[in-house]
Amino acid sequence: MTLFSTDNLLTLITFTPLAGAVLLLILSENKYLARWIALLVSLIPLGVSIWLWFAYQQNPCVDLTAGACFEQQVAWFPLLNSSYHVGVDGISLTMVLLTTLLTPLAILISWTIEERVNLYMALFLLLEMGMLGVFVSLDLLLFFVFWEFGLVPMYFLINLWGSDNRRYASRKFFLYTMAGSLGLLLSIQIIGLTVGSFDLIAIMEKWPAIAADLPVFAGVSMRVVRGIAFWAFVIAFAIKVPVWPFHTWLPDAHTEAPTAGSMILAGVLLKLGAYGFIRLVLPLFPLEARYFSPVLAIFAMLAIVLGAFAAFGQRDFKRLVAYSSVNHMGFVVLGIAAAAFVGPAGRYDPNGINQLNATIALNGAVLQMFNHGISAAAMFALVGVIYDRLHTRDLNQMGGLWVAAPIYGGIMIFSSMASLGLPGLNGFVGEFMVVRGVWPVNPVFTLMVAISMLGLLFTGAYVLKAIRQVLHGPLNQAAVDKAHGRSIEINAREVIALAPLLVLMLVIGVFPAWIVGVINATVSSLLF
Amino acid sequence: MTLAWLVFLIPVPPLIAFFAILLFTRRSRFLSDLIAVSAILLTWVFAIIVLIGAFSNPHLGENPIEASLVWLPLGPSLESSLRMGVLVDPLGAVMLFFVPLTASMIFIYSTGYMDSGSYWTEVKNAELPPADAVVDSAGRTLVKFDASAWKARFMAFIALFAAAMLILSVADNLLLLFVGWELMGFCSYALIGFWHNRVYPDQPGRITPVGGGIKAFMTTRVADVVMLLGIAWLYSFTGTLNFREILYNEATLAALEMSAFPNIAALGGLTVAGAVGLLIFAGTVGKSAQFPLHTWLPDAMEGPTPVSAMIHAATMVSAGIYLILRMFPLLSVGWDGDVFTLPMQVIATVGAFTALFAATIALAQRDIKKVLAYSTISQLGYMVAAVGIGAYVAAAFHLMTHAIFKALLFMGSGSVIHAVDHGEEHAKEHGAAHVPHGHSFPLDFDAQDMFNMGGLWKRVPVTAWTFLIGGLALSGFPLITAGFWSKDEILADAYAHAPGIFIVLAVAALLTAFYTMRLIGLTFAGSPRTAAAEEAEQTDLRMNLPLVVLAVFAIIAGYVGVHEDFPLLGRLLGGNPFHRFVSGTLLEHPETLPFDFVPLLISIAIAMLGLFVGWLVYVRKPLEAGQPDPLKRALGPVYTLLENKYYIDELYDLIFVRPSIWLAEKVVYQLIDRGIIDGFLHFVARAAEWIAFRHKDFDTQIINEGTDNLVEGFGEMSDSFKYIQSGRIQQYLAVAVAGLLMLVGVFVWSLFIR
Repeated sequence: MTLFSTDNLLTLITFTPLAGAVLLLILSENKYLARWIALLVSLIPLGVSIWLWFAYQQNPCVDLTAGACFEQQVAWFPLLNSSYHVGVDGISLTMVLLTTLLTPLAILISWTIEERVNLYMALFLLLEMGMLGVFVSLDLLLFFVFWEFGLVPMYFLINLWGSDNRRYASRKFFLYTMAGSLGLLLSIQIIGLTVGSFDLIAIMEKWPAIAADLPVFAGVSMRVVRGIAFWAFVIAFAIKVPVWPFHTWLPDAHTEAPTAGSMILAGVLLKLGAYGFIRLVLPLFPLEARYFSPVLAIFAMLAIVLGAFAAFGQRDFKRLVAYSSVNHMGFVVLGIAAAAFVGPAGRYDPNGINQLNATIALNGAVLQMFNHGISAAAMFALVGVIYDRLHTRDLNQMGGLWVAAPIYGGIMIFSSMASLGLPGLNGFVGEFMVVRGVWPVNPVFTLMVAISMLGLLFTGAYVLKAIRQVLHGPLNQAAVDKAHGRSIEINAREVIALAPLLVLMLVIGVFPAWIVGVINATVSSLLF
Repeated sequence: MTLAWLVFLIPVPPLIAFFAILLFTRRSRFLSDLIAVSAILLTWVFAIIVLIGAFSNPHLGENPIEASLVWLPLGPSLESSLRMGVLVDPLGAVMLFFVPLTASMIFIYSTGYMDSGSYWTEVKNAELPPADAVVDSAGRTLVKFDASAWKARFMAFIALFAAAMLILSVADNLLLLFVGWELMGFCSYALIGFWHNRVYPDQPGRITPVGGGIKAFMTTRVADVVMLLGIAWLYSFTGTLNFREILYNEATLAALEMSAFPNIAALGGLTVAGAVGLLIFAGTVGKSAQFPLHTWLPDAMEGPTPVSAMIHAATMVSAGIYLILRMFPLLSVGWDGDVFTLPMQVIATVGAFTALFAATIALAQRDIKKVLAYSTISQLGYMVAAVGIGAYVAAAFHLMTHAIFKALLFMGSGSVIHAVDHGEEHAKEHGAAHVPHGHSFPLDFDAQDMFNMGGLWKRVPVTAWTFLIGGLALSGFPLITAGFWSKDEILADAYAHAPGIFIVLAVAALLTAFYTMRLIGLTFAGSPRTAAAEEAEQTDLRMNLPLVVLAVFAIIAGYVGVHEDFPLLGRLLGGNPFHRFVSGTLLEHPETLPFDFVPLLISIAIAMLGLFVGWLVYVRKPLEAGQPDPLKRALGPVYTLLENKYYIDELYDLIFVRPSIWLAEKVVYQLIDRGIIDGFLHFVARAAEWIAFRHKDFDTQIINEGTDNLVEGFGEMSDSFKYIQSGRIQQYLAVAVAGLLMLVGVFVWSLFIR
């Protein structure tokens, strides 16, 4: 067995960042070297994932239970029947690509970090490893280890390199997510003990099939056990997404985190929650998910509408962008809710009338995850550029900067339009699919989609507000003075970091079939 | 079919021009002009080739030019995937005739118009104001700003705009149409606010270009999100968005007609066709600026004039009409030529009301472009009303002629503004000695205010003549203008099918003729009322040539649609080829109405009456400098009401804009998020802390005494731990990483070595 056989690709992707982190921690402090090492190391997983993407096209193993792609299984805790088991399907592959793409770009944006660069870069790579691990894990215990592991570097990134209110923000982020994780751990234990294995494939087969009135623990019936586990999972993931009303950690964490941290936080970390819903909640708790899916849809609607309103109400540029995540992730949750309503393999849809609708909705949700990852990362990078020059995020202290920074202005308008959901760019495709898929599912969903349009309207309002206050209008000379003679214009390094994102926004907007094809094959096998 | 693939190429050159200009040639105005103009001309060539193919096909309706490819794979089989493609049927061919024509003319015109452009901008928070700065009455420090360096950006955006309009015109499905639709909305926003740092001296309350752009985007977005629901619903119901599969398909239409509104009983009387039709019509209300979403169009006039010509007269606002023409089979499903369907009734009412309503406002505007803006709203109202009463071909006909003559009028007004602006500069250079009639040069000299004009007939003859032709076409001057034929066809149809609508439209036509004459009289007649008008000048060939070309079309374009029974002309002009051609778009070809002299004569009489009265008031006795509008005396307070556009902007500000801002800032963010949710979280945190401290007290006071030994034991243990807990993150990490490394070691061992 050679190192570079396709069986090892996922392990290679996941643990290369760890090796890079170790290297950075061993080496003595040298910020130039540290930056380049981190960048080069992070390019390896990206290269391998692109290879993986093409390799996947040759042999698209769309269904996890029928054997995931690039699977690898090694004994880990034989006593607990837990193993190191990784593999991907179309959904996780898309997320792996997103993660490995955003990390090098975020590292490139972090070039301006001057303090403790080795540690910073090491934390970043460890963060990447944690996130990738979640996406590739096919073992619940492994999943949990990676899930928790990602939390730690993020905490330190915010706490050490964040802005003024970083302590409050990092603690809120950590405690909130931790609170969710406790239930997750408990439930994973319950599931593992009940099924007798932590292997996800085995659990997917056995766990949902256990009869509801079978006593499993000390005479407690399966119905109760499953209910507890369901809620623990839902709360953990809902905090991470975040689903309204669990979202208030997000604006604080995003706003206080360093630029690259916000990019990853919005770009990938939020996707972990949505991924958890799709990967675990839908297949493991079909009955409960179906029962509560209208409630989830209502919360999704609230996230869309209230998220947009809250973003519109901001005076802080970064906080405005942060709230836009709440708004956009609402569409993801809405799509997932529709899929939950129909159930795996159309279980709750005997006549098959909603299977296609749910497929479109879930396709839209996954694409929206990818799209939001791209556009939110770009928007945070752009906020970072301005903050780097002006040392303020207050929209009222900006104005007219387009004259001073024409290229920056063009890029910001482009990214903002992607975020706004302008057709022809990526955001629209996912949102349209969600709207189209969710609309006919049932009256509650129809109503939620209709009300969500108010959110879509205010998405326009807050995006235009940001553009107006930053770029348009008479030039605010005080803002230019804040840069102390430095040009406000975006520099070449930042353009390079943004370019791949801008290209993807356009490519997905114009011709989404290349990525939706991969997602759709898996989503269809899940729901049909 | 190869022609179909050429249709795919139609929007491509301007799209490439957009990216090429922004990425490579934005510093060169000349190269950017060259790229943009060549791109649109190339597109025009493509369109002409396609049109030749289309016209040579006698059954284009049955066998349109079409092609498509899979755009979104959805579901387990390819059957259910979403395809995107192009379609050229007779209606599409009409679009392909006038869109590249007007767009090309506007591109050429822009290369001249955008060569100059300076305006006032504010200098905010400068420690030292620039030497040439002035302070206006609002206390703002202002300087002149020259925006001509941005011309390349302008050319790029109108290229993108043209591409979007062409995408919309050739789209074979509603989603692609929506793509073009929204892209145009974005271009409109970007171009209205093109002079984004502009401010108006001494008028702090006046809407700025940026404000106008945002207003346009947001107002149309209100309509667009509603329309999106219609699209989603139609797609869910029929499983496709392809126009032909839905609209040229009796079974699908019948299914749409027969299905009652699902789920929601309160709307039980509505069919799916009706509900979807109304949702989609909402898009038209926004895009074509129909009441009550019309408010954005007049403020869109803050954009440079070529933008007003292209976007807000010739093409984008026409897209709304195109949409309801396209969806006509859906809107009219169940219409047997007698009782109108619900969507048709709504459409006819909204259209007719808007036609009259906007015409009244146009009566009392001072700004030359505002008059044209309200006239556009009013004319669009005509077309909407025509669709509502089933006058399908007439609406398409007026869509085409209006696009041509309104583009002409807007470009003419741009030429006038340009001339007066230059006149102002000249007059200033010559000094105050040349200021006639006791006028000084105020900072806010408004080159668009018609009361600052007068006597321009001699100063800008090409503009004046072509403007007159355009104006007569707008008024429906009989026989020799294109506007007459198309407007007459709508009136004839209304006379036959909907007398109420006919009366409203006829009154609107009377007002139209009157305000057009007022416009022409105030601008061109008499003697100059300001120094600027006295020295006005505009001789740029790049601007005059498009005027002449469009003026020719504003005369001849109407002759393709003359009723076959019209005395003498009907037979001579080929017996209404436009009707025969366009009616093929529909499954059931609509017949022409029997020729009727009554509406024809009424229509002629109205146009002549309006023009005559206007001539009496504004041309025979031209206005002197400082003289108020004679209409003001005649109308009294009504004039003030009209001048202020019925105060609808103020109303919307009060009931929509301000409450939204308040809701967003105070309720959603501060009350719900910061107050309630975070308040709860902080309460939980405090409570946990409190319990922890009570617990600690409990520990120290009660338990400790009994468990001292145990605690000591723990103390010793933690003493040994304190070296690890150094507080240095590097060290923590090193430990964590070491652990992980061991883990990895195990893997590597088990993977590769074992």
